[in-house]
Amino acid sequence: MLASLFLATVLIAALSGLPGLLGKDLDGKGAARLLALSALGGLGVAGATLAGPGWALDLAWSLPGARFTLRGDALGALFLMPVALVPAILAHYGTAYWPDSEHDRAPTLRFCFGLAVAAITLLCFAANAILFLVAWEVMAITCFLMVASEDRDAEVREASWIYLVAAHTGTLCLFGGFALVASARGSFDLGPIPMGWASGLPGTLAFLLFLMGFSLKAGLMPVHVWLPVAHAAAPSHVSAFLSGLITKMGILGLVRVMTWIPDPPLWWGGTLLTVGGLSAVLGLAFALGQRDMKRALAYSTIENIGLIAMGLGLAGVGKSTGNGTLVMLAGSGALLHVLNHSLFKSLLFLGAGSVAHATGTRNLERLGGLLKTMPWTGALFLVGATAIAGLPPFNGFVSEWLIYLGAFQSLPGWAWGACAIFALCLAGGLALATFARLFGITFLGEPRSETTHLADESPQPMLSAMKLLAAGCALIGLAPFLVFPVLDRAVSSLGPNLPYLRTQASPGLLSLVNALGLGFAWIAWLSLRNMASRPSGTWDCGYAAPTSRIQYTASSFAQLLEEPFRWALWPVRHLPRIRGLFPGPSHFRTEVPDPVLDRGLKPLFTVSSWVLGWMRVLQAGHLPIYLLYVVLTLVALLAWTLT
Amino acid sequence: MSINLLLAATMLLNFMLVATSRVNKAIQLAAIQGSVLAVILLLMHEHWAFHVVLMALSTVAIKSVVIPILLTRAQARLKVIQEPPPYIGYTLSILLSALGTGLAFLLARRLPLQAGVLGTLFVPASLTTLFTGFLILTTRRRALTQVVGYLVLENGVYLFSLLLVKNMPLLVETGVLLDLVVGIFVMGIVINHIQQAFDSQDTQRLAHLRD
Repeated sequence: MLASLFLATVLIAALSGLPGLLGKDLDGKGAARLLALSALGGLGVAGATLAGPGWALDLAWSLPGARFTLRGDALGALFLMPVALVPAILAHYGTAYWPDSEHDRAPTLRFCFGLAVAAITLLCFAANAILFLVAWEVMAITCFLMVASEDRDAEVREASWIYLVAAHTGTLCLFGGFALVASARGSFDLGPIPMGWASGLPGTLAFLLFLMGFSLKAGLMPVHVWLPVAHAAAPSHVSAFLSGLITKMGILGLVRVMTWIPDPPLWWGGTLLTVGGLSAVLGLAFALGQRDMKRALAYSTIENIGLIAMGLGLAGVGKSTGNGTLVMLAGSGALLHVLNHSLFKSLLFLGAGSVAHATGTRNLERLGGLLKTMPWTGALFLVGATAIAGLPPFNGFVSEWLIYLGAFQSLPGWAWGACAIFALCLAGGLALATFARLFGITFLGEPRSETTHLADESPQPMLSAMKLLAAGCALIGLAPFLVFPVLDRAVSSLGPNLPYLRTQASPGLLSLVNALGLGFAWIAWLSLRNMASRPSGTWDCGYAAPTSRIQYTASSFAQLLEEPFRWALWPVRHLPRIRGLFPGPSHFRTEVPDPVLDRGLKPLFTVSSWVLGWMRVLQAGHLPIYLLYVVLTLVALLAWTLT
Repeated sequence: MSINLLLAATMLLNFMLVATSRVNKAIQLAAIQGSVLAVILLLMHEHWAFHVVLMALSTVAIKSVVIPILLTRAQARLKVIQEPPPYIGYTLSILLSALGTGLAFLLARRLPLQAGVLGTLFVPASLTTLFTGFLILTTRRRALTQVVGYLVLENGVYLFSLLLVKNMPLLVETGVLLDLVVGIFVMGIVINHIQQAFDSQDTQRLAHLRD
């Protein structure tokens, strides 16, 4: 019953874009409705799976080694919740953001979107390695097509290629990892692996391959290269999809691997924690340096994925050291952050999309003062920014709190936990600065360019989509007790005999803190509103007639905080040249190119394409030469068989 | 015995094919070779079963009538009479061909074949014909002559398959013949397009198409 409902959900999502392709679905309103229907089905399946004992489906498949095996467990159900809910909201947003009248690729995009949603829905419960890889590949390719939607732009083409290379490198690693797991289990069916395998050579190799493959998708440093470029290049609702859900599939993979291994070595969790900590801190350091709104949000995704990886790493450490409380707290924090991040990061990307839609630019140095013309978008963006910075009263606070609790829990037996706490604190502070900058530069102050004056508030479907997401953030923030039972069940697959989450962290206390935060914010808003309308004096220290030139710029805001991270950021500075007694006007500009992509991989690819260019000699272009190759090959084969 | 004589004739035809510079002569030679193959097929069987006769007839029809007519018409339309100097000169081609024939005899002894086959010229003849086909394909410049090369190549394959004819169902052989017709047909279209695009059918110009 549940299995058929789940399959119907997948099918509806997969076919949601088809009427549009046939020209029967203007602006994708029908597709959005179909996705909403499949979202209802998906949420129903998730709820029933969490409430019931779980379900399974096992069908024969003609591919060798493959079976169409789905296993409905609580962990998959937890991932299914955002996977079902968020795409429907994004599709609703897309009806106004990417209408057919402005984008001729819109029907194709919606078709790919539906297929990608179906693929990630399947991934949640896939319990056969080949089924998993097939769904994984469908997801990768449809996302490539979505990123390449505006491929008339050379930058978009480059971004989509980078995405494709990263995605396929990851899949290659997964092939290796799953092959090793299959050899340990004797079939491609996914599930528990015998004790002792993890510490051997195959186990180590498999962990490294999985870590590489899933990190490439999730966007952990230093293999985060595709995120900033692809998120910036894709249409905003696709960026939200990539950031909110696709990266989470990498996390899903990592969690699944953890559930199969009964005895992970301590260094697995430690590695994950280190990589996560690095991503969390450096992701934000890079986010601070970006002038493109969506690139900044993409780097913040890396940070959040880093937080999740830290939670998982801590849970892994807990599993290795037999600390059930640590597994419960850190695991819950990580999994709740998966859900939370898919909500508030989608909200932020949609907000950035609305800004770009209204002003035509994503460059922070050209924005400013938008709160006056776009009050709703601004307020909703502020909700997202507050949530992602981990402040009460929203959901980000709850999950980060749980990860903190986990980190403290690890301390007695494992001193490295202190480093995790330090990284968490640093990331929290940097997140606050990043989002203060993003929100402040975009929405407060005076407009920095003419286009900003002309901005209008976004149309209703865009706003209502953002409102729904914001409501989700507030709901989990104010009523965390709703998700605690879900987390209890989902995390229980990570290890045996775990304590209940509510015995370790009090949901009532979290609710109280969040409610207080909400009250405080409300009081602050009331008093600030009165202050804003206060009449000002004649001269007023020059603030009577503010211009955009006396404000902080996006770069100057970030400059102080970037300084300590120069060793990692390697910012490029275009310094003004001052010559003579009365120098003319000059400019100062800093840029933060991605060190891994722009300084590592791109030069590497240039060199390798130059080297491989010599191979083109083989491709002479003369038919006879090609035929000669055939003859030589045949002769060689003949000689080989005769000797 | 007469089969061996005919096989020797096939090999001589190979030499003539390599040596000729006239396109229409090459087409005729390939057509004659096709007919010789059909006669060999008939001679191999004491009792002419229906499917053997049908195969021989279809071989003659396709290899000696349909394809040569198609090629001759194409040649007349394209006004190709003389092949431009090939990548490897005629004399050297004949020498290579002789070398290939010698090697084919050496190779035939080493192939793991049934005892009854070893005394005949079947294997060397088919290997030589294959080699000739490749030689024509790789050294000639005109697309039309290259098609003749394909035809000769197929003759070599056909000769080899004659060894198995008692076991090979009619359907397979028909499939091979059909393949050939379709292949030549496609090549014909390609030649036409080369002619239109480059105003010549010198395949060297196709080198501009590489990336």
